[in-house]
Amino acid sequence: MIDFKDITKTYGSGTEAYAALRGISFSINEGEFVAIMGPSGSGKSTLMHILGCLDTPTSGTYRLDGKDVSTMSDNELADVRKGKIGFVFQSFNLLPRTTVLRNVMLPLVYAGVSPRERENRATAALNAAGLTEEHFTHLSNQLSGGQIQRVAIARALVNDPALILADEPTGNLDSRTSLVVLDTLQKLNRWHGRTIVLITHEPDIAEHSERIIRLRDGSIISDEKNPAPRDAARETELYDDPA
Amino acid sequence: MRTRDLIDETYVALSTNKARSGLTVLGIVIGIASVIALVAIGQGAQSSVQASIESIGSNLIEILPGAARQIGFGASGGRGTARSLTLDDERAIAQVANVGAVSGEYSGRYQIAASGANTNTSVDGVDASYAAIRNTAMDQGSFITDSQSVSLAKVAVIGPTVVSDLFGPDTSTANAIGQRIRINDLQFTVIGVTRSKGSSGFGNQDDVVYIPLGTALQYFAGNGNHFLSGIDIQATNQTSMTQVQNDVAALLLARHGVNDPTKADFSILNQADIVSAASSVTQTFTILLAAVAGISLIVGGIGIMNMMLTTVTERMREIGLRKAIGATGGDINTQFLAEAIALTFVGGGIGVALGWGISFVVTLIGLVVAQVTFSSIFLAFGVSAAIGIIFGWYPARRAASQNPIDALRYE
Ligand SMILES: Nc1ncnc2c1ncn2[C@@H]1O[C@H](COP(=O)(O)OP(=O)(O)OP(=O)(O)O)[C@@H](O)[C@H]1O
Ligand SMILES: [Mg+2]
Repeated sequence: MIDFKDITKTYGSGTEAYAALRGISFSINEGEFVAIMGPSGSGKSTLMHILGCLDTPTSGTYRLDGKDVSTMSDNELADVRKGKIGFVFQSFNLLPRTTVLRNVMLPLVYAGVSPRERENRATAALNAAGLTEEHFTHLSNQLSGGQIQRVAIARALVNDPALILADEPTGNLDSRTSLVVLDTLQKLNRWHGRTIVLITHEPDIAEHSERIIRLRDGSIISDEKNPAPRDAARETELYDDPA
Repeated sequence: MRTRDLIDETYVALSTNKARSGLTVLGIVIGIASVIALVAIGQGAQSSVQASIESIGSNLIEILPGAARQIGFGASGGRGTARSLTLDDERAIAQVANVGAVSGEYSGRYQIAASGANTNTSVDGVDASYAAIRNTAMDQGSFITDSQSVSLAKVAVIGPTVVSDLFGPDTSTANAIGQRIRINDLQFTVIGVTRSKGSSGFGNQDDVVYIPLGTALQYFAGNGNHFLSGIDIQATNQTSMTQVQNDVAALLLARHGVNDPTKADFSILNQADIVSAASSVTQTFTILLAAVAGISLIVGGIGIMNMMLTTVTERMREIGLRKAIGATGGDINTQFLAEAIALTFVGGGIGVALGWGISFVVTLIGLVVAQVTFSSIFLAFGVSAAIGIIFGWYPARRAASQNPIDALRYE
């Protein structure tokens, strides 16, 4: 599904040029759950932005479902994002002063889905992300951090994307809430076959994935299978009932 | 993106910051309202000036003694000062083709007294034909006749203003008939009162005393002086005005023995010239008003642009987020443009209503009959839409052209 060949990304130019990614190659198959790890500043977010067609690489080729994305125009990229990709960002995920439901329906607004179907699909997505009706009319500034991340996940999957990209979705959450969010992602992966790329710098979180790619200074230092992914659902139960 | 959603988004965005949106709209409201009201007032003034000039008479050509002066509002200033027009001139002019009626005039300001009250006003010695030439209608009694002019009768036709000045404001015009008045210490009998013409424009045409021309020349012009202070000619129809004017000019030049037309000892005023001179003045005035109003409209537009630029900067991360979840540059562009246009349309609507209201009040107060035309409303709406597009364009472009990553990272 994803095919990265020799991707580099350089910010700025001349003496101030900074190479955030220095020749990255890997591929991800459909249905995989991949974690990308690395210390702060190693280029994780940069990588995710290119993966998510929000940005184009400075050099190298990126094929998404066989199509070369690195040379697409802005409008073509917008179409790819609309149809195939759902994002959960590191921060600033929701529109301010906007209800939960409206936030989740927004991708469908741009996709031109009819109002009735929008509401059905947004409700389904919010339920899948573990949110109940009572939260639907909350404004985005009336939610807890964990709820915000789950609304963001709901929005990421509302237009049924094949690929979900999550940048530190548990970054600001306590471990209990982190597990709930991870559980949501794992279920999407196992039950619905979504490809998930999870970015984190916490080993605890990364161990829930099936494969871990480690970055340092813009290069891959390791790319290995995780033989025994942890199960967030079971851990949640243990957490609630330590006996 | 559906139109319905666009309207929703626009409403939400604008109502989020009501005070700011309101103030921005106010700028447009003031601009549009002032365009509508000022143009209406200008146009009202224009037609009232035109109407008042037309009320002086129709197809009127005036000859004044003395060298030609600039046509304009001061046109009658030289009246009676030079001595070049005579009764014989008047008789000769009557023979020119297409001249319907001619009246000589001898006028001056005199003290008028009656039963204790007195006033100082214009006394016009005129012929019987004057009433027809000048559209002067009678309220009571009758106008001067030619036989009264020949017999040097001491009779007077007075305007309604003179009636109230001399006999008190409560006196009915009918009671003025038969009253004796003293003009310059000569006793006259009132035989008629003219109907009111209103005082707009060219002096108060109701504050005047008419007496027979012969009488005026006999008693007020001094011994053997037969020079007139003006001759009024009525052409038989509009199309013959130029021909009559040219023929009369040639006739008078010949009679006065002047070869060079630029050295003529009289000047001719054509009513059409006065109308066009006056309306060009009022038109300039209207354009000036519209320009001032237009400037305030531009200032309002800049207010919109300012607000939109601020909004774009404030909502930078929102723009990034929208783009990340599938909005195209076009979607963002449309959204911000829609906000700007919505502001100007709301402003335009309220502005039209307010402008209309102001025109109505101005008319009600009686300053001038303001005329709100559909073209000015149409124009105002067109202009406000254009302002929305023009001043919203740049901010919307700026929003649309943001790279989603830069926008998301914006602080
Ligand atoms: N727009 C930019 N202009 C210049 N440099 C940038 C820009 N964006 C990122 N960088 C640089 O690229 C490097 C990688 O940044 P990136 O955001 O990908 O790090 P990260 O791995 O996501 O870190 P963190 O874990 O803190 O989120 C950093 O050194 C950063 O300074
Ligand atoms: Mg990051």
